[in-house]
Amino acid sequence: MAQTLKLNLLLNLLLLLLFQLSYATLVFGSVFVQEEEFSEELLLKPLPDRKVLSHFHFESRAPPSNTHGRHHHLFPKAISQLVTKLRIKEMELSFTQGRWRYEQWGGFDPISSNNAKPPGVELWAVFDVPQSLVDAYWKNLTHTLSGLFCASVNFLESSSAYSAPEWAFRPASGNLRYGALPREAVCTENLTPWLKLLPCRDKSGLSALMDRPSVYRGFYHSQRLHLISTESDSDGVDSGIVLEQTLTVVLQPSGWKKGKSYAGKTNMQSNWSISSIFGRKVGGKCILAKSSNVYLQLDKGLVCELKDLQKENAEYGANNLASEHSFELSVNPDKVYEEMDNLHGKSTSVMYEYSVDKYIDSQPFDLGLTWKIPVVWLNQQAPLHASRFLMGSGNERGAIAISLRSTDLSEGSGSTNAINEGCELQVDIFQVVPWYIKVYFHTLQVYVNQQRRAVADVVKKIHVSPSKDKLSPGVMEMILKLPCGVQSAALTIEFDKGFLHIDEYPPDANQGFDIPSAVVSFPNSDASMHFSQDDSLKKSPLLSKFQERSRVLSYTEVLLVPLTTPDFSMPYNVLTITCTVFALYFGSLLNILRKRAGEEERLLKASKKTGRLSQLLSKLIAKLRRRPQEPLPSSPAPSSFVSHKVIFKILVVACIAVAWQYYF
Amino acid sequence: MAGTKVQSEVPKTRQRPIVRLGVLLISHSLLVSVVCCTAGVLALLLLPVLAKNTYISENALMPGSASSMLSNQEVSEANKLIKDITSLYSKPSTAAIESRRLIAQYMSNLGAEVNYHKFHPQPNEFHPLHFFSSPDAGMIQENFSCASYGVNTVGVIRAPRGDGKEAIVLMTPYNSVNGDLQEALPLGIAYSVFSLLTQVTWLAKDIIWLVADSQYGEYAAVAAWLRDYHTPVFSDLSSLNTELCHDGSYILDLKENSNLERKISYEFRRSGTMAAALVLKVVYRNEVEDTLSIFAEASNGQMPNLDLINIVNYLAVHRQGYHVKVEKVWSLLNSKWLKILGEIFESLGKFVKSLNPDWKFGIPVAEYIEGTATLASSLYYQAIGVPTGPHGAFRDYQVDAITLEISPRVSFNNKDRRNDFLLQGGRLIEGVIRSVNNLLEKFHQSFFLYLLTSPSKFVSVGVYMIAFALLVAPLPVVAASLYAETLNLIPTSEKEKSAADDELGSVLRSWKWLNSAKRVFIVHLWGAMVSLFPYFISQIPNCTPTTNFHVWFLLSVFSLVILKWILGSPFSQLCGLQPQEEWAILKSVTISSFFIGLCLMSVINFATAEIGALLMVPTSLMAHPLKLDVRGGRFLRFSRAICNLVLGVISFPPATFFILKGMFEGYSGINAGDFWNWVESLWAWNSATYLYIGMVHLPCWVLCVHVLLHPC
Repeated sequence: MAQTLKLNLLLNLLLLLLFQLSYATLVFGSVFVQEEEFSEELLLKPLPDRKVLSHFHFESRAPPSNTHGRHHHLFPKAISQLVTKLRIKEMELSFTQGRWRYEQWGGFDPISSNNAKPPGVELWAVFDVPQSLVDAYWKNLTHTLSGLFCASVNFLESSSAYSAPEWAFRPASGNLRYGALPREAVCTENLTPWLKLLPCRDKSGLSALMDRPSVYRGFYHSQRLHLISTESDSDGVDSGIVLEQTLTVVLQPSGWKKGKSYAGKTNMQSNWSISSIFGRKVGGKCILAKSSNVYLQLDKGLVCELKDLQKENAEYGANNLASEHSFELSVNPDKVYEEMDNLHGKSTSVMYEYSVDKYIDSQPFDLGLTWKIPVVWLNQQAPLHASRFLMGSGNERGAIAISLRSTDLSEGSGSTNAINEGCELQVDIFQVVPWYIKVYFHTLQVYVNQQRRAVADVVKKIHVSPSKDKLSPGVMEMILKLPCGVQSAALTIEFDKGFLHIDEYPPDANQGFDIPSAVVSFPNSDASMHFSQDDSLKKSPLLSKFQERSRVLSYTEVLLVPLTTPDFSMPYNVLTITCTVFALYFGSLLNILRKRAGEEERLLKASKKTGRLSQLLSKLIAKLRRRPQEPLPSSPAPSSFVSHKVIFKILVVACIAVAWQYYF
Repeated sequence: MAGTKVQSEVPKTRQRPIVRLGVLLISHSLLVSVVCCTAGVLALLLLPVLAKNTYISENALMPGSASSMLSNQEVSEANKLIKDITSLYSKPSTAAIESRRLIAQYMSNLGAEVNYHKFHPQPNEFHPLHFFSSPDAGMIQENFSCASYGVNTVGVIRAPRGDGKEAIVLMTPYNSVNGDLQEALPLGIAYSVFSLLTQVTWLAKDIIWLVADSQYGEYAAVAAWLRDYHTPVFSDLSSLNTELCHDGSYILDLKENSNLERKISYEFRRSGTMAAALVLKVVYRNEVEDTLSIFAEASNGQMPNLDLINIVNYLAVHRQGYHVKVEKVWSLLNSKWLKILGEIFESLGKFVKSLNPDWKFGIPVAEYIEGTATLASSLYYQAIGVPTGPHGAFRDYQVDAITLEISPRVSFNNKDRRNDFLLQGGRLIEGVIRSVNNLLEKFHQSFFLYLLTSPSKFVSVGVYMIAFALLVAPLPVVAASLYAETLNLIPTSEKEKSAADDELGSVLRSWKWLNSAKRVFIVHLWGAMVSLFPYFISQIPNCTPTTNFHVWFLLSVFSLVILKWILGSPFSQLCGLQPQEEWAILKSVTISSFFIGLCLMSVINFATAEIGALLMVPTSLMAHPLKLDVRGGRFLRFSRAICNLVLGVISFPPATFFILKGMFEGYSGINAGDFWNWVESLWAWNSATYLYIGMVHLPCWVLCVHVLLHPC
């Protein structure tokens, strides 16, 4: 107890010192444009299926080291060393558990485009080194990250595990390497080192909310680390390193199950508060953070639905908020942002901002949302819903199918077709397939609206690098141009299942092998949001991140391919059989080498009277020689040509054996 | 061959031991065949004694290690569903659509992803070229009428933290047209488990609940769904067809509450690779205790991994107190000879035990009889190669599946009792799903090749193949000995001939088996033709099975005569074969080809090969021209002729069928059409047994009869 107290004190002192220092630099170095800064933000968003999305966003900035030196006050040293040593331009590492459900949780907003990640580990990095050195730097990076995050990222080191996408994963990226480990399990051991990079760890501020049991109880959990460095940029625009750490969790508010009933209020959303989701409250901001905000976002679909309900129910003329009648917030927001939709001016999403600055431990911040009326809405979807699955069965061959289906259910296909005759929807697909799935790229088939099309009609650009056995995975990048009103599209590609060497099988080989998620992106659709009040938005890294132009991106499912597995006890059997064969071979060889035929015959003649066994054998041969000439005997008794003595001997031995068995 | 060598190279050197052993066996072929055949039959009868207790081989399964979480709350909700469904039956016109909607609504309210799957039932047809081919998407395109289609309802629970690579399928057949309470009960059990599984945190694999529309048969519905799951057709006209023939149901769906209903669509929902599938059924059969019947046989005698049966059996017996059954041949239970045999084995076991208490041999008579009856049914169902339930469709896609049929002690109308019944069944299913959910790898640890002698006892492949090997072993020995015999006959008969044409003669002599081989080949060709005839016969409209059978029979005989006339050997006299050696060589070649056929069949479907060997091996070994036997006039020869005649009749496939049918079901209602129906079921299910009968068994029988009637 005392020790922790002491520790706490020490920490506080340290923090104070740090704060002083940073303050001093702030005052002293105000002439400089940039300084190290850290900000923390939390975004909460109710989801249509009674769950709540919470998105933590921490951003640390370090000024360029050539002007500010290499010492950091807030910025994690490990990361800055990593960046300088490995000459990273941009890097993203994500650990994910569970699947992002695009249909329910949306697929068009910045969160789903940037923070919905495939299960397991995904890592990509852009290096600022000559082409020939990229692979070496990548290997170094995987090992470093594996040590840093207690994960087996180092498995991405082997050349058969990573690939170099040219344009489909990220537009125009030179020295990019991409790798994914779908089977990596994610747990607290990965979260702790990630939290260590934050100046306040999880001791204070928003990160204190991360109660491990409740964070890992969620339906989706993705921790992500994104790094942009202009440190070694040749452009001259030097803004230092920006480290963006996000944790996206989808949680089920506790206490929902109690009141469930199936007949009646099925549409009633669940009421929640920060304390009911995390089991903790926000006790003030991290003292080192420049800004510490909590946002509550109401999705476009929800706002639209609420406005409709409002129109139906009451004659409220005011068009700004429907909140009083449909839901209630326990704390009044400090600011309200409304998204601007330049094109339509229709109802758009609403963002409530809460500043955590004014809250302290004794008076914690606990935002709660209580629904008053049942409401059902749909989140905004990506233009096409992508899913991938395996076709065929058996251990020999199969096919991978990527199916794209329009999410637009309300509009008929005919009308949209008529309107958008010339319009085209661009879809980029990037897929990596391990080498033991031998994909035949010539079998690519494309179907649009259930009609088979020639590949050249639909695929505008394709880049394929076939896999090399045990060396590199197969990579497929392609750009599809589909008509705008497309209802469904499908791509199939056939593969043969390869054989692995017995050493190459993982410990649980009978589970099957994973094909990492494919990336499907829509470059023409912009996932960013635009807010009205631009002046204050610049302060918030989260909101400015939302405003950045980014394309809509979604990941498909991980696939499990059962391969033929050998019987792993086989080496033992083979060993036994081989040894037996060798013994027989050498035995007979020795026999042949040792024996001399002439000598043997002489011996045979000599022992005709003496050797009893040989006598018996010759007798047998004589019998055999005679026998075929006779007609088959009706019941040839074997005892007739075996001497009685032998039978007697056998019987004696058998009796002894039986007696031995019986008595011992 | 070896025999002549021994003769020609008199005292030069000793033969190699293995050659000598072969010579010994061949020279005593009669003894060998008698001993081996008896031992083979005896080994088969001994199998129930040698059966081992099952054990759970995969440690990860851990059945029953967690206490059941299914509570009365889920059961009462399930009860509500049952009540809602049964209340729909009062209006039979809309019951089908309404009950489907209701089930989908219930699933959707639990938070599952729901979709309908529309399918057209495919008539089982004989496709001569589609034997052994995997279920193929290309087979579907036929002209459909909008009137006949079924709609499956599928609910998918996504595992909260899982990656969705694997799925467990729970399937309940449901006939929405003429439903009663019995139809709704499996839905209740499945629903209670399903609602529990939406809440649990331990789920690692997705759960798919398939409510199969069984108005066109359970199997067809499941097979259609599996086909669309594994080999979807992206560009087809049939989907356009289904779009065209929308009936009221779809419009009804869209009308009210658009947001919720929008989720329930016809768009196919998938999950990952299937790890296992459970088919759940409920019947009421007036049992004395709550009974669980397990059906496991899939097409061509494929079985699910034994571990799946083991966990069901373990949980049902030790946790839920079910009485677990597998299929039996009931008429065997009262047979006298089996009882006597059982007593012999029991006394033998006692004697052995008195010698050494550690030796465990022999089981009580009752257990032996039960075991034999179960074994016989296990062998039979594997041998005919027709799946015993909708689980068979899963096995075609390498998914382990079994059917569980629960029959309660008391009638369902008792309300309290129904709750208990739902709880009991639900807990069993929950336990099995939880166990499979624990599985990291797919089922691979335990046996795939086994015969059951009771739900908790099995005979593995290593044991039961001994019986088959013993039965088959005399075939090559006898063939070789017959051949050697004829070779030895020639020199004595031809020694008088001049030495000039000796060279040519010896060449001709060594190739004289070719003539017989040709004859055997022709008969096998005829066999292939016979197995193709039903395809053409089934095209004839308006035919009763009896006429079909007669047509088939006549066609077969006719074609045999024609083939013999066209390809029959005018040059059989060319190499100067004596009639005596002719039949011997013919028999030798027949036996060899039969041996090859049996060995091939044992790889494809072991049980068929076993039964086939049991029927045909004695016949083919005994075959001897009747003329010779009768002419001899000795009692032994005469009895051999009688035996030959009896065996010849028994091993004729239709005769075998009628005799067995008469033995087990009584001779009263038999007509010739039954055999046609049976064969039709074989080819409709693509059973390899059909091919075996047509191309191995029947030709061999014809050749044996040919030998019997040989004019020598």
